[in-house]
Amino acid sequence: MAVNQKKPSALKDLNLIRTMIRQHKRNDLAFAGLGMFVIASLTITLIILFLDLVLDGYPKFTLDFFSNFPSRRAARAGILSAWVGSSLVLIVTFIVAVPLGIAAGIYLEEYSKKGWLSDIIEINVSNLAGVPSIIYGLLALGLFVYSFGLGQSILTAGLTLALLMLPIVIVSTREAIRAIPVQIREAAYAVGATKWQVVLNHVVQYSYGGILTGVIIGMARAIGETAPLITIGALTFIAFLPPSPVTIDPPFINLDWLNAGFTVLPIQMFNWISRPQHAFHINAAATGAVIIILTVLMNGVAIKLRYNIRKKIKW
Amino acid sequence: MSEPIISARLSKDFQRNIMERFIEFALLCSAAFAVFITSAIVYVLVSEAIPFFQHVSIYEFLTDTVWTPNYSIKHYGILPLISGTLTTTFIALIVAVPLGTITAIYLSEFASHKVRETVKPILELLVGVPTVVFGYFALMLVTPLLQKIYPDLTTFNMLGPGIVMGVMIVPYIASLAEDSMRAVPMAMREGAYAMGATRFQTSVRVITPAAISGIVAAYILAISRAVGETMIVAIAAGQQPNFTFNPVESAATITSYIVSVALGDLEHGGIGYQSIFAAGLTLLVMTLLLNILGHMTRKKFAERY
Repeated sequence: MAVNQKKPSALKDLNLIRTMIRQHKRNDLAFAGLGMFVIASLTITLIILFLDLVLDGYPKFTLDFFSNFPSRRAARAGILSAWVGSSLVLIVTFIVAVPLGIAAGIYLEEYSKKGWLSDIIEINVSNLAGVPSIIYGLLALGLFVYSFGLGQSILTAGLTLALLMLPIVIVSTREAIRAIPVQIREAAYAVGATKWQVVLNHVVQYSYGGILTGVIIGMARAIGETAPLITIGALTFIAFLPPSPVTIDPPFINLDWLNAGFTVLPIQMFNWISRPQHAFHINAAATGAVIIILTVLMNGVAIKLRYNIRKKIKW
Repeated sequence: MSEPIISARLSKDFQRNIMERFIEFALLCSAAFAVFITSAIVYVLVSEAIPFFQHVSIYEFLTDTVWTPNYSIKHYGILPLISGTLTTTFIALIVAVPLGTITAIYLSEFASHKVRETVKPILELLVGVPTVVFGYFALMLVTPLLQKIYPDLTTFNMLGPGIVMGVMIVPYIASLAEDSMRAVPMAMREGAYAMGATRFQTSVRVITPAAISGIVAAYILAISRAVGETMIVAIAAGQQPNFTFNPVESAATITSYIVSVALGDLEHGGIGYQSIFAAGLTLLVMTLLLNILGHMTRKKFAERY
């Protein structure tokens, strides 16, 4: 009697539990679907963004676009001064930021002793990575343009971007160095190498790939950086080229280009976006496509490089 | 001294010792350069903003609701710029927080190894897209789309750039939040699974609460990124200071104000020139507070596991 009474309610409970489990499994599936949907839409957004630029700018992908100066007539305007400017600025950035960043990274990983000095430096490096880029522009405006009197030149722009790139190089150098096991260093010390010999001939050699990854990512960021260069007062309309860095006569190298006015690809693009005529928007799209191809290629190379290093090296 | 001399030749090698000391010093100088940059930023912003604040009282700066330093009737209230900054940031967060969190949970708890290895590089590529291109996207693609839904929307508004900025910061939130979720010990997941929890229940009831400070830190750092973002708003939000929190209106943010002044003729030492440093100082203080808060939250998380 008692058993018979219990049975239906137990069955009811069982059914309830089964419904609950089914529902939770459904939730599980629903969330997995949602996650995939979100990631797919992000990827599609990236693709649409890229296609939109390429399709809008497609009519401008001619040799003339790369060999013409900007012009008041949209059809004849090109990005010659912009890509030359970008290249020269990046040369300065590279020369300044890479050695400085690697040296700082080496110091922080290999030399610094735990103490207030290394703490202060570490806090500063991580803090610099979070400072908005336009603040670097204000720093450069106050310091390089007016206090040092460098003017609105390629040198100023290169130094500004170098400051922006520095934290990226420092962080990637440190990560690469940290991955090297201590036995490598001990082996070198054991045969009588000095600290610097260990660092230069072993630590830096083996962390080369990781450092390169950081340098490429930093350069890709520097190519697209606009706000700090607008802040230092980069000109938006440049119809001349800076003096050539290489000359036929000795001493073959001419440094006048460092003081020349300049424009860069993203500023040229910004300038064209800001104009009301649609014809200029096409130019902007084409410039944007050039920038995005450059940055995506560089980032892609960096990501691939890092992937290869991770796969290949087994200590 | 009874210390054993390992190699008399090496201990006498002054050149070698001096070289080592010199190199160490040079490396120290490079590292200390980071400190120099920070001090230079603070020095330049403060020293250029001091003359501004001698002209304008801090009370007026913080309470006046009109910002027109470059007009004949001058008002110096930072509030319109702050309202623009906060509105665009808020829209960006409405977009980025759900998307970023879902992506992070999916990548950390649901995705197979292969999916994760494919998606993370795509997110990194999204981070690498220059902001000026995102600005073009906001003005030429997103705003016209929004205008089809709201025909009253002006060409320059805060909604379009806000949404695009949200898409831009999704990868930051996703990768930082995912890192902190993956750092939650495996034993906690296994405990939940052993009790019969599904993956969704485990993620929401176990992993998310355990990683909450890391996730919140990701949000805070994303806010800081959005507050300092310049080109998207400078291109697509208009550059007219406007004290409003209405996202369909056009407005200037702190950053886009700096850009608009820098695009014009800058008179060195003039009040317009000083005003961008005062605005920059405000921005620096805001992002600095957010970054410190973010790092403190993350450190709290790191201490637990």
